[in-house]
Amino acid sequence: MTDRRIGVYICYCGGNISDYVEVEKVRVAISRDPGVVVAKTTMFACSDAAQEEMIEDIKTNKLDGLVVASCSPKLHLFTFRAVAERAGLNPYQYVQVNLREQDSWAHQHDKDQATEKGIRLVRAGIAKCALTEPLSTMRIKTAPRVLIIGAGVAGLRAALSLSDMGLSVFVIEKEAEIGGWVGKFGSMFPNDRKGIDLIGTLAGEAGQRDNIKIFTSSELIEKGGSIGDFSVVIQVEGKEKISLNVGTVIVATGFDSYRLTEGEFGYGLDGVITLPDFKMMLDKSNGSLAFNGRKIKDIAYIYCVGSRQPREMENPNLYCSRYCCTAAVHTSLEVGKKDKSIHQFHLYRDMRTYGKYELLYNSALNNGSVFIKYADDDFPKVERAGDKVHIKVKDLLSHGEEFDIEVDLLILVTGMIPRKNNKLADVLKLPIGMDGFFNEIHPKLRPVETVIDGVFIAGASQGPKTLAESVTSSMAAVSKSAALLMKGYVDLEPLIAKIDPERCVWCDECTKACPYGAIEKVSADGKEVARIIPSLCKGGGTCVPLCPQDAIDVEGYTDVQITAMIDSLIKEVK
Amino acid sequence: MSAGNSNSSRVPRILVFSTNNISDPGIDMAGGSHMSYSPAVLVIPVPCSSGIKPSWVLHAIDAGFDGVFIAADGTDCAYLQDCTKRTGEIVQKAQSLLEKHGHDPRRLKMAAICSVCAESFQSHMDKFEAALMKLNSTEEKVAQ
Ligand SMILES: Cc1cc2nc3c(=O)[nH]c(=O)nc-3n(C[C@H](O)[C@H](O)[C@H](O)COP(=O)(O)OP(=O)(O)OC[C@H]3O[C@@H](n4cnc5c(N)ncnc54)[C@H](O)[C@@H]3O)c2cc1C
Repeated sequence: MTDRRIGVYICYCGGNISDYVEVEKVRVAISRDPGVVVAKTTMFACSDAAQEEMIEDIKTNKLDGLVVASCSPKLHLFTFRAVAERAGLNPYQYVQVNLREQDSWAHQHDKDQATEKGIRLVRAGIAKCALTEPLSTMRIKTAPRVLIIGAGVAGLRAALSLSDMGLSVFVIEKEAEIGGWVGKFGSMFPNDRKGIDLIGTLAGEAGQRDNIKIFTSSELIEKGGSIGDFSVVIQVEGKEKISLNVGTVIVATGFDSYRLTEGEFGYGLDGVITLPDFKMMLDKSNGSLAFNGRKIKDIAYIYCVGSRQPREMENPNLYCSRYCCTAAVHTSLEVGKKDKSIHQFHLYRDMRTYGKYELLYNSALNNGSVFIKYADDDFPKVERAGDKVHIKVKDLLSHGEEFDIEVDLLILVTGMIPRKNNKLADVLKLPIGMDGFFNEIHPKLRPVETVIDGVFIAGASQGPKTLAESVTSSMAAVSKSAALLMKGYVDLEPLIAKIDPERCVWCDECTKACPYGAIEKVSADGKEVARIIPSLCKGGGTCVPLCPQDAIDVEGYTDVQITAMIDSLIKEVK
Repeated sequence: MSAGNSNSSRVPRILVFSTNNISDPGIDMAGGSHMSYSPAVLVIPVPCSSGIKPSWVLHAIDAGFDGVFIAADGTDCAYLQDCTKRTGEIVQKAQSLLEKHGHDPRRLKMAAICSVCAESFQSHMDKFEAALMKLNSTEEKVAQ
C-alpha cells in the first residue's frame, strides 16, 4: 500500500484516443489503484481549462503525484511538468502515460484489447508515480564567455557572431596561421570569391573586437567544470599555460584531406597530385600552367578518391564527401579561365553537384570538359608512360568502352576525412561517430549539440561540408551557445544516477563504465565509496547493471520503479 | 480480460524496453502511422539500453511476460559510442540468467530500432510474437 495522493487524468484527445480506447472504462479500472485520490477523464488534457482543473485538484486534494495519460511524452512532458510546478507540486512527481501513439493509434482494430492495454499502461504509470521522489534541478550561473576550438571559417565566423551579441570569445588555433583550409585557397565556388580574402576579412574584423582573443599555435589540454561554468587550460606554443573560465565550448576543428597510400590511383608517380595541392598550385600560377617545368596540355581528374570506398576494404570511408564533385568541376572551370586550350577529362562515379551547383556542371560540359563514368567496382588504372600519365578506364556511358587517356597531370579528387584529434576528443570526452567525425545528439533534431552539455560542434568537424554548410552549422552552434549564456543560468536535469553508500564497496566497476568521468571516489563514514558528480552525469544508466552490489539507480528509472511497472503491466485486468 | 496462464493459443505478452531519445520515437511513429501490431506489446521507456538490468528481464518473464524485447539505440546512441556492444553484453547476461532460472533464453531479443524505424519495429514485433507462440506451444507439449 501507499500513502501517496495521486491524481490521474485520462485524455480523450478529442477522439484520437477515445475512438479506440474506452476511456471511461480505463478510469473506472484504475480509480481504486493504490494511491489514486482523483481519477478523471478529460476531452483535451493539454487545454487551458483542463490544466487549470488539474492545478485546482492538486491544491484542494493536496496531491503529491500527477499522472496524465494522453499523447507521447515527446509532446507534452514539459507541459504537464509545468502544470505540476504551477500547482506547487514537484515536477518530477509527474508521470506521462503514452495512450495515443503507443495504444489507440496502434490498435485501431481492437477496441477491447486497446482498452485493456490502456488500463495496464495507466496502472504502470501510477505505480511509477507512487515511487517518485521530489527532485530539484541544479541551477548554475553561466559565464558569458565562449571557447572556440579551431580558427577555420566555421570558428572565425562563430567568433564574430558571438562577439556581436556581447559575449566574450577565446579562439584557439593549433596551427601558427588561422584560416583553416579556406585560408589556403583562391577562387572558391559558388561565387568565385577567394578563400584567402574571405578569411582576411573575417580575421581583420575579429582583430578589431575587444571581446575576441585569438591564440595561435595553441591547444586545449584540460577541461573541468560543466555546462555554463567550464574551467579550461590552454597551452600556447607548447609552453605557456593559460586558464580560462567559459560557459560553452564550440568545437570547429574541421577535416583533413584523404591521405593516399603510395600507388593508390598512381599516387607517388610524377604528374599525379591531389585536388588540394592542385588548387593551391593553380591559385599561384599566372598565365599558362606548368608542372615540373612541363607545360600542361591535358588534365584528368579521378573522382571519389577516398570516399564511398568498397565495404570489403579495411576501414573504408563509406560516406560521400559532398564538396568534391563541385570543387573539382569548379576547379576545371578555373583552369579553363587560365588556358582555354587545355583538354580536361573527368573520370567520375556519380556526379553530385547538387542543388545550385548543377549549373557549374553544365558550364563545365559546355566548356568542353569530357565526362567519363567509371563503375563502382572497376576503378581506373594509372601508370607512368614516358613523360605522360597513362590512364585506362571503362566508360559506362558508352557501354563499357575502354579508353586510354594520356595526360600531363592527373588530379586525384580526394574526399574529406576526420582530423586526427584524439587528444582533444579525450579532454572533452566528445563522442565520435562510426565515420570518425564528431557526433551530434541527433542529426535532424539536435544537429550541433553533443552529449556533453554546453559543448557544441560545428563545421566540417561534424562530417563533410561545403563552406556555406560549415558556416550554417557554426551559426546554429552560436545560437545554441548564446541562448544558453544570455539567460545567465542553466538548470540541470536531476534524472541522473545515485549511489547508495551503504551498499557501495568501491570496486571501481562504475568508474570504468562511465564515459563522462562522472563518478569519483570519496570517503564516507570511514570507508571509500563511489559518488556521482551531478553536473557531469548524463543519466544514461550504463553503470547501473554493472554494479555488483546493486548500489546504483537512475532517478526516474529506479529498480523499484521498473519492477513495480512490470508488475502493473502484467497484473490481471478485471 | 485476463493475464492468462501459459497457454499456446493465447497471444504472447511482450515487454519492450525502448529508449527515450531513439527507439521510443520510432515506436511512436509506428502508432502515428497506424501500423498495427499486437496490443499485448507493452513498452517501458528507459534512457539507454545499456542501462537495462538483467534482473528486470528475469522479473518480467517470472511475472508472466512471454518475451522481452530490447529496442536498442544501436549506433544512434547519443550517450555511448559502444552502446551496441554494451547492450549486447547485457543481453548475454540476461539470457544466461533466464537459462539459470529454467527459461528459454530466446524469450529475450534485442534489435536496434532507430527514431524512424516504425516498419522495422512492427515487423520485429510480428516475428517475435510468432517465435514466442512456437516456443510456448513446444514448451507446453514437453510439459504434457
Ligand atoms: C580542395 C578543396 C576545395 C574546396 N573548395 C570549396 C569551394 O570551392 N567551396 C566551398 O564551399 N567549399 C570548398 N571546400 C570545403 C571547405 O574547405 C570546407 O567546407 C571548410 O574548410 C570547412 O571549414 P571548417 O572551419 O569547418 O574547417 P577547417 O577549414 O578544416 O578549419 C579547422 C581549423 O581548426 C584547426 N584545428 C584542428 N584541430 C584543432 C585543435 N585540436 N585545436 C585547435 N585548432 C584545431 C585547424 O588547424 C583549422 O585551422 C573545399 C575543400 C577542399 C579540400
